Amino acid sequence: MIIELLSYLGRFIILLLLQLLVIKNIELSTFINPYIYPLFILTLPVSTKPWQVVLISFITGFIVDSFYIPFGLHMAATTFMGYLRIFYLKFAANKEDFDAKLAPNLSRKGPVWFVLYCLVLIFAHHTVLFYLEVYSLSEFFRTFSRVFASSIASVALITLGQVLFYKAAQRK
Amino acid sequence: MRNLLFFLYKYYTFLLFFSLELFSLIILYQYNTYQRASFLNTTGAVAAAFYEKVNNTTSYFSLRRINDSLLTENARLRTLQLNAYYQNGFTLSTLNDTSYKQQYSYISANVVNNSVIRRNNYITIDKGRLHGIEPNMGVISSNGVVGIVTAVSEHFSTIRSALNKDTKISAMLKKNGAFGSLEWKGDNPKYTNLVDVNKHVQVKVGDEVITNNFSTIFPVGIPVGVISEQSLDAGDNFHTLKVELYTDFSTLRNVYVIRNKFRDEQVELERQVKGDH
Repeated sequence: MIIELLSYLGRFIILLLLQLLVIKNIELSTFINPYIYPLFILTLPVSTKPWQVVLISFITGFIVDSFYIPFGLHMAATTFMGYLRIFYLKFAANKEDFDAKLAPNLSRKGPVWFVLYCLVLIFAHHTVLFYLEVYSLSEFFRTFSRVFASSIASVALITLGQVLFYKAAQRK
Repeated sequence: MRNLLFFLYKYYTFLLFFSLELFSLIILYQYNTYQRASFLNTTGAVAAAFYEKVNNTTSYFSLRRINDSLLTENARLRTLQLNAYYQNGFTLSTLNDTSYKQQYSYISANVVNNSVIRRNNYITIDKGRLHGIEPNMGVISSNGVVGIVTAVSEHFSTIRSALNKDTKISAMLKKNGAFGSLEWKGDNPKYTNLVDVNKHVQVKVGDEVITNNFSTIFPVGIPVGVISEQSLDAGDNFHTLKVELYTDFSTLRNVYVIRNKFRDEQVELERQVKGDH
């Protein structure tokens, strides 16, 4: 239990450092603005209690927000994504997953399931994040293309990370 | 009562989500309007200290470029110095000290955190209240305008960069003084737009844009950029102008914060006038 908790904490810190030190500095275009830290919420075990998921999402957003201006954007976006995850999993995960306390990842659930799962939830996260940042509908389509391109980039980075990490872990 | 408890029990996840989301939104908009919530200042300081550590390491990689830009600036300032000019006149007028009173002073600072690709970009610098920085001071680089200070803590300040939806900087064309306002539309960090320039004004590609003295934030004549695209739609009252910025925000390392010693006086005066109406 303690080991599991520590491994999640370690994963969170690694994701946060990757986000702040690497991803944040890749400034390709104003339309491609990926965030990979939501992966932490996505890989929580399927059987995590709904209220725990919401609370963990909120705390994750709070910590990430400390490093961004203005404060509150990531809190709102991540809490929303965490809440949405509950419903997505009700519909997309089966009973065996719940019984096995499965933590969703690429190798356990297969690429199609995992990429779709990431795409839906990351898209929701980015939609809240980018529209709240603009805080007006006057740039609706421009913001939409920004959400769209950034979601694709985030999911691509997450999938790449999963391929590298979990393929390597399987080979051992 | 039992029904209420049952309701709470049944929907506690939703209620938790709802209250946390509401809390986030309140914080977000409170913070945007007042920038004062004190516990947020603490977390901001932690993040700024983190970014400063990172910056201490990474800035070594760009030392050569920073040196070059400072040398260029030094050369330009030396050219402006009095002893760089040949005295053409015969008579020397004595300069009465009281006819000059310093209005602007500059505080140098290092950028510790910056972004250019978000819709609303902010910059964090390593000088704060202790060094005399206050909200609403202008910030420039050695090349041109950077932004406006929004919030200040003891050792750090955050700047709303010119690449931000809410930053509106008053500017004018150098050649004829026609004024407008700088607004960033969010597509390219190298360019911004000059809006509200009246259509009867002659504008050409290549005209220089500088700050004007309408605001209390920037002194007049701080360079902004050059006009790179100009168009005037039929029936439009204002030019559509794209400005290529002199400041390269993506490699920004050193900035100057401008302190206007007459600001309080001007703001107070303008407030009195508004109060009369």
